[in-house]
Amino acid sequence: MAEHFDAIVVGAGMAGNAATYTLAKAGLNVLQIERGEYPGSKNVQGAILYANAVEALIPDFREDAPLERHVIEQRMWILDDRSYVGTHFRSENFNEEKPNRYTIIRAQFDKWLNKQAKDAGAMVICETTVLELLKDETGKVIGVRCDRDNGEVYADVVVLCDGVNALVGQRSGIRQEVAPEHAALAVKEMHFLPREVINERFNIADNEGVVIEILGTVTSGMLGTGFLYTNGESIALGIGCIVSDFVEKKINPAHLLEKLKAHPSIAPLIRGSEVKEYAAHLIPEGGFKGVPELSGDGWVICGDAAHFVNAAHREGSNLALTSGRIAAENIVALKKAGKPMSAENLKLYNQALEESFVLKDLKKYKDLPDTLWRNKQFVTTYPELLAQAAERFLRVDGVDKLTKEKEIARSFRKARGVLGLVGDAVKVARAWR
Amino acid sequence: MTMKIEEKLYQNRYRVFEGEPHVCIDPTKADVEALKAMVNICPAGCYVETEDGKVEVVPDGCMECGTCRIVCQDTGALQWGYPRGGYGVLFKFG
Repeated sequence: MAEHFDAIVVGAGMAGNAATYTLAKAGLNVLQIERGEYPGSKNVQGAILYANAVEALIPDFREDAPLERHVIEQRMWILDDRSYVGTHFRSENFNEEKPNRYTIIRAQFDKWLNKQAKDAGAMVICETTVLELLKDETGKVIGVRCDRDNGEVYADVVVLCDGVNALVGQRSGIRQEVAPEHAALAVKEMHFLPREVINERFNIADNEGVVIEILGTVTSGMLGTGFLYTNGESIALGIGCIVSDFVEKKINPAHLLEKLKAHPSIAPLIRGSEVKEYAAHLIPEGGFKGVPELSGDGWVICGDAAHFVNAAHREGSNLALTSGRIAAENIVALKKAGKPMSAENLKLYNQALEESFVLKDLKKYKDLPDTLWRNKQFVTTYPELLAQAAERFLRVDGVDKLTKEKEIARSFRKARGVLGLVGDAVKVARAWR
Repeated sequence: MTMKIEEKLYQNRYRVFEGEPHVCIDPTKADVEALKAMVNICPAGCYVETEDGKVEVVPDGCMECGTCRIVCQDTGALQWGYPRGGYGVLFKFG
């Protein structure tokens, strides 16, 4: 394996596949190393795919990529133990010729995207775990060491797309460990149902999909969210909370998932389904403050490994695809100009990300993760207050409306205090700005 | 809880490399709080506390999320690496 490549990409998730495809398509000699049995077998996501980020790579991807349903309706549900208060947005505009968002099954999509990279000329090796980076005497990264005999491979640049745990970079001393308050632990089940049953339950046609994002008492006072996504013949149902909150509350995520499944608003949607998989995964949720050093002498980091998740908007795969593509484009530009993959030159990648939505969005919300984590009332007190207010307002019981409104206002003041309410509004406004 | 963790894991596909667990506890630090937390929160239920207050791990059902790794990072109680290439959990859907 002592061959020399233009670039080595570690990992075959969204970022790794985008980078490998872009490098190979530009004619570079690229090796991609994946530890799973096949690309996708270690990857876990809800999952929503944002078309725009794939189009930037493969404009006609819709023709043969494995897509489940295009999303025509987005629901945001705030649950207490017995109810939900929700907003739904459904639009015929999402039934467009080239839909904007799709539900996907990662194992299938990743295998497909990786095949595009292979067809573009990349060499892909699976069932191989990269252990660490190889460096020369100056500290420049010159390759990787894998868990195979003679497993040392060399390249001008290593593109680290090894996911949220980012072990390779940590072992090699180029980055810090992920903090427990900057990662969410999410669990998910795949509930299989006939396509017609899903169509009926969600009032959708064959390829139309519904997404439900869930907040509230289902997270048992921890900062987190649940989700329900409709695939073609399955429903992905999951829930995740910040790791340090799990540690403090001593609650098992599997228990939270069972609680979510039993909720009166969720149970009828998955009734009679057959569960075919249970997955757990970490999500980088620290936002901009969790982003490590993005490049150095002979290396760049993309995707989850770079902590590129916009927690406020539940976006991640598009940041991964985009960062992988941008890293590769800048490597191609350096290669074509005959310039070395030095720390200084690879700063081009950082600059390009600064100008893209990836870092612009993470910067916009840089204070949001910490604000929510320190102020649990946003996921505990307020959902309950909202549900109680809605019920009080809608229940017809002989009490006059003015009295009802006063009771509702009193319940908010009692729970948070007037200063508390004002303070909470200011905190959210600041973190959102 | 209506569905036990073992029942959930039964749906999954694994390829276990016998005799080479990818998660190991340092026996001299098997009673640290961080490990005890994992007994409660590991989504695959890989951690158990024995009668003498020490924690043991059997990572056969591990989904490689890495939660224990980051929870125990400052204790030195855990050696955590990905399984040998091709082994471990193999997601059908992910």
